[in-house]
Amino acid sequence: MNLSFSPEYEAFRAEVRAFVAEHWTAADAAATEVDPDSVAAMTGAAVRTDERAASFRTLAIERGYLYRHVPRAYGGSEQAPDPLKAVIISEEFKSAKAPFEIMGQGPSMLVPTLLEHGTEAQKQRFVRDTLVGKIRWCQGYSEPGAGSDLASLRTKGELDGDHWVVNGQKIWTSSAQEAEWMFALVRTEPDQPKHDGITYMLIEMNSPGIDVRPLRQMTGDVDFSEVFFENVRVPVDGVIGARGQGWIVSRSTLKHERALIGNAALQRRTFDGLVLLAQTVELRGGRAIDDPVIRDRLVAVETRLLAAERHGQRLLTLSARGEDPGFAAMVPKLYATSLSYDLAKLAMDVQGDKGLLATGEEQAHFSGMFTVAYMWSLGILIAGGTANIQRNIIAERGLGMPREVRK
Amino acid sequence: MDFGLSEEQVLLKDSVRRYFDGECPTSRVRTVMEGSDGHDTGLWSGLTEMGLPGLLVPEAQGGSGLDLLDAALVAEEMGWACTPGPYLACVMATAALLAADDGTVAERQLSGIAAGEILATVAMGEHGDEWDADRLQTRAENGTLSGTKPLVPYAASADVILVAACDADGPGLWLVERGAAGMTIAPLQGTDLTRRVALVTLAGTPGTKIASGRRAIDRARDAGLVLLAADAYGGAQRCVEMTRDYVMTREQFGQPIGAFQAVKHQLADLATQLEPALSLWWYAAHAYDHIPEEAERHAALAKAHLADLYDRATRDCTELHGGIGFTWEYDLQLWFRRAIFDRAFLGDAAHHRQRAADLAGW
Repeated sequence: MNLSFSPEYEAFRAEVRAFVAEHWTAADAAATEVDPDSVAAMTGAAVRTDERAASFRTLAIERGYLYRHVPRAYGGSEQAPDPLKAVIISEEFKSAKAPFEIMGQGPSMLVPTLLEHGTEAQKQRFVRDTLVGKIRWCQGYSEPGAGSDLASLRTKGELDGDHWVVNGQKIWTSSAQEAEWMFALVRTEPDQPKHDGITYMLIEMNSPGIDVRPLRQMTGDVDFSEVFFENVRVPVDGVIGARGQGWIVSRSTLKHERALIGNAALQRRTFDGLVLLAQTVELRGGRAIDDPVIRDRLVAVETRLLAAERHGQRLLTLSARGEDPGFAAMVPKLYATSLSYDLAKLAMDVQGDKGLLATGEEQAHFSGMFTVAYMWSLGILIAGGTANIQRNIIAERGLGMPREVRK
Repeated sequence: MDFGLSEEQVLLKDSVRRYFDGECPTSRVRTVMEGSDGHDTGLWSGLTEMGLPGLLVPEAQGGSGLDLLDAALVAEEMGWACTPGPYLACVMATAALLAADDGTVAERQLSGIAAGEILATVAMGEHGDEWDADRLQTRAENGTLSGTKPLVPYAASADVILVAACDADGPGLWLVERGAAGMTIAPLQGTDLTRRVALVTLAGTPGTKIASGRRAIDRARDAGLVLLAADAYGGAQRCVEMTRDYVMTREQFGQPIGAFQAVKHQLADLATQLEPALSLWWYAAHAYDHIPEEAERHAALAKAHLADLYDRATRDCTELHGGIGFTWEYDLQLWFRRAIFDRAFLGDAAHHRQRAADLAGW
């Protein structure tokens, strides 16, 4: 066990730091500050995609710092896998508030799928522009009748010459209003067993027949929508992988989404804010943090956060060593969701009666930003497979317990 | 950057696991439990042959000169196997001796510990759940000690007891030998029969001062906290494995009960909470030797968290077993009892969380 980086890696860190210092100035960093009570800040989705950020990203890709797993031919920097270097780059970019890899669904979920299953033409057309944020994506998976049981989806595609004609409805589609494209699962083989009748296709959002209807979520904001399809024509070259193989193709996508949601960095940010809150808030004549119950709960959630962070380091080490993480890799998402909830709940309690004030109310502590975190902790409990679905997966694939009967 | 075990550490863990698989089945654990002193000298000789009591002892004194993490890996395996005996006491005493001011006395003791010739323990806590070195009631004056130590591990078997006490200069550590004048040792009935405790009373008992100030006491406590956390982790993992195996074979309503979601989810939740906790005590053990400014706080956090998890693991696993889990014959109760010790000894979770909050400067 050695928690410091070897001289070789420290040299690499110095090189990255110098690069960032040279190309992303303090003024650039200052202009990057996001509104702390925005949903974007809470979910970590805040990224700059303007020209200045795009040119910095292009330079960083040339230097081999971003999108290291993506071949140069498709706009990545094609570096040998090295988890430690990846961590160093991420740390240095983030501490300088420099544009990092875009986290959205396109780069994180579609790109790995395209690299694994796409044709040469599809990769050339989409990967590069997706990586720098020129094409924004939304995910067309869930339907009103297909949530946890995603494979029961009913949005159908019928072949008409060289086009698929799509009819149906998707729901909970994040960023559907902004996205230029959707990657979607569509039932094309109604006679096949449910997992074998799905095709993975790319649908342009300005196609005639698409109707996006925003859904207001419990936070009051609008981040996702319903998407209706009425005779939407999708060229056959928009299909990724073979017809009817969409379920298998989509697996690489979900895997990446879970990695995204399991990241402890967001909980660390919330926790640091929570300590500040508890030191600031006055509760029954003293600082909230001096209340013995608050103090106990604060340390208890911090301990779980530390465990999540060290667990991340353990997984990183296993990955750097080329060892199979096995069960250890299955738990971060479920662990993070219960931790996020308890963190946010404590933040609500720390505020005492003022916890009832709404986000944006001036009299609320920190403009009521923790109320958003409290609500979002339920969002991540559901997104990407609910906690109970995670428990099934962990029990069946992780602990080897019997698979339940599913139709 | 490598947050993982070395090849040597994996080997150490594996060899200890194999040894306990062969030499320390629960039938032997139960025999020791029924014995008067809870100390299986045959088993202890085996551990000594493997060099386990001397892991932390410097090579110059015949030990291995390893880190607390290595000793904690052994503790994890002992938690897994429910190994009875004075290992915790031995490591805490070693940690105290390594922080002693009097090198000559300490070295002689350390050599004896590594050779398996001296069984050492520590007398720290006092009545009222008091584990803080600054509030000790036991007094030292003119080379003698007077006071009461209510929960001294393996005092009745020990050759030497390191006693935390106060003299005119404040807290310190004194070495008291077996049979010293004025010392009475009354074994107590503990719930966990694999780690014995005794009430030690000192009345004008001669002792040799080996450390001034609270450092030796605190180091012994922190080593103990990390070892308890590791023991709890090993034990909780064993409970999860036993329970997983049980629910796969136990049938009700025409199928293994492990096929029911209520059972799956309870076990999945437990395993999910447990898995990252490994890294917590690994880090605390690593910090003990290599990150001094974080050592005390992380030892407290690890013990508090793992003791809570161990309690939850033994309760959930007993529940998942149903009636059989509540019997004396079924082995699960051995770990249940052990969890009670790990939770209470050296102070409870709330106490250590309060300390951690103070140490954070909140």
